[in-house]
Amino acid sequence: MSAGLDAAGGAATAPEGGEAYQSGSLWRMIVSVFLENKLAVVGLGLIVFFVLFSFVGPFIYHTQQVFTNPNIKDQGPSLQHLLGTDDTGFDNLGRLMLGGQTSLEVGLAAAILAVGVGVIWGAAAGLAGGIIDAVMMRIVDSMLAIPFLLLLILLGTIFSVSVPELIIAIAFVAWLGPARLVRGETLSLRVREYVQAVRVMGGSQRRVLLRHIIPNTVGTVVVNATFQVADAIIAVATLSFLGFGIAPPATNWGLQLANGTSYIFAGYWWLIYPAGLCIVLTVVAFNFVGDALRDSLEVRLQRR
Amino acid sequence: MVGYLIRRILQSLIVVIGVTIITFILLHLLPGNPIRAILGPRASNADVAQLTKQLGLDRPLPVQYLLWLWNLVHFDLGYSYRQTASVDSLLAQRLPNTLLLVGTSTILAILMAIPLGVMQAVRRNRPDDYALTGLSFVFYSMPTFLLGIMLIVLFSATLNWLPPEAPQAQGALLSQVNALVLPVATLTLVTVALFSRYMRSSMLENLVQDYVRTAKAKGVSNRSVLFKHVLRNALIPVLTLVGLSIPGIISGAVVTETVFNYPGMGYLFFIAAQNNDFPVLLGVTVVVAVATVLGSLVADILYAVADPRIRYVS
Repeated sequence: MSAGLDAAGGAATAPEGGEAYQSGSLWRMIVSVFLENKLAVVGLGLIVFFVLFSFVGPFIYHTQQVFTNPNIKDQGPSLQHLLGTDDTGFDNLGRLMLGGQTSLEVGLAAAILAVGVGVIWGAAAGLAGGIIDAVMMRIVDSMLAIPFLLLLILLGTIFSVSVPELIIAIAFVAWLGPARLVRGETLSLRVREYVQAVRVMGGSQRRVLLRHIIPNTVGTVVVNATFQVADAIIAVATLSFLGFGIAPPATNWGLQLANGTSYIFAGYWWLIYPAGLCIVLTVVAFNFVGDALRDSLEVRLQRR
Repeated sequence: MVGYLIRRILQSLIVVIGVTIITFILLHLLPGNPIRAILGPRASNADVAQLTKQLGLDRPLPVQYLLWLWNLVHFDLGYSYRQTASVDSLLAQRLPNTLLLVGTSTILAILMAIPLGVMQAVRRNRPDDYALTGLSFVFYSMPTFLLGIMLIVLFSATLNWLPPEAPQAQGALLSQVNALVLPVATLTLVTVALFSRYMRSSMLENLVQDYVRTAKAKGVSNRSVLFKHVLRNALIPVLTLVGLSIPGIISGAVVTETVFNYPGMGYLFFIAAQNNDFPVLLGVTVVVAVATVLGSLVADILYAVADPRIRYVS
């Protein structure tokens, strides 16, 4: 990847006042616009860091995360426990790595599921048109009219909330955005000449949908999925705070933060701010990357 | 325009009915028997059966739904299972408080986000844009409850300037304005972050339009281009986005109200969800959804008024 980036970096000029980009292929241009955004590069770095921290970290920093140990609970940071211990005696830094695994997994899985469902729903509605489209989109509108947190709380009370159920619950609320976006794109794509050409050649509705419409919405979808990961991580945290999240001994950053906030007046800062920082930095990172992706893909759109 | 309005209002009505159906279905998937929850574990089976019948919970779901809808049209939302009050009276108590919180925060957020977004767009990819954008990303990315709790720690526990909790007595909120500061600040900060992002990207989109170049070529000053041409056009889509953000802001309000024990609808909903209080859950959801639908309807109408280029073809 990096070799192509360096070459493209030199070719691009600052997008001041909408000057045209002189040279380079489309993808090179997209990459160069992306890299020009320093925040996006920072975001990408942060994501890599937190993935390594959560998934590789436990192999380097060995901690005991199975049995509680009340003898060493609520200890401040020390050489033995770099970020102290929590209220049940788990090593806090090791706990953060474990929690990071769940947070990232839930965030990613929920985003993929939500976007997948949303894309199919939106594209199908847009392509079908007429009464089917109207019914499908009114369902989306109705669910969008209910604030997502109310829906999530309702779902949280229905499910007893394990990790897979949490993923489904979040996806159940999150697919609406992508469905709307993709439906909008489909409406504009389906009247394009090449789609009409496929039809004239006898291509089926299914073929139009899967081979022509959906692949062309990829830009929008990828950008949206990036934001969805960020939103899902926050949603998991918020649900944990409200008491509808994953039950211990499983954990995630949100649950750790929510637990920690009950000790805020006891001064156990190591139970709050590290978990909070993990959440904020990860979510910021995904938002940076999503924003930059959108900006760079817009360049492509303007050129179309 | 009139045709568009009528169609849009009909559409809103359908959405509201859709909301009631979805909420109704979801609530009946809830685990636990609400009758047991009301009567307690020691109630006899006969009592349970009798109250089930009395509340109509033994009838088929569609019948229950239609009955509930019939009552709803007559502004009768039933009685709370847990509190000795009608859902109407609970909502009437809480709705103004939530409107106060959400309304104040939204207006403050808009007033702050417009200049911020303009500044960020004009200074794009410069250090001050990075600083402001970074800061707004941090607020946007922070779980609302964490922000609320940090504000409490700073302003209530450490500095002792502001109360950490809203007064519970009816009508006490307006007389103790300082209790409003922290909840409003929490919700405003989260919302400003969102709105200024919209504003920034809308400004950026408009700054590269042809009309900007034309205006500059005519010799219009930068300042005038920015405020007379770009800002006006950039505000139009932001208007719609603000309308669409209402459900999100209400979600934030639920968390904010829970953190500060603020006697609003979000807190009411949170408590009701903990004790399977169906009528209250339904009532809050419907009222909030109607408010949301109305909000986006108003935003759409304003949009149509503000931007005559829009053509209404279905």
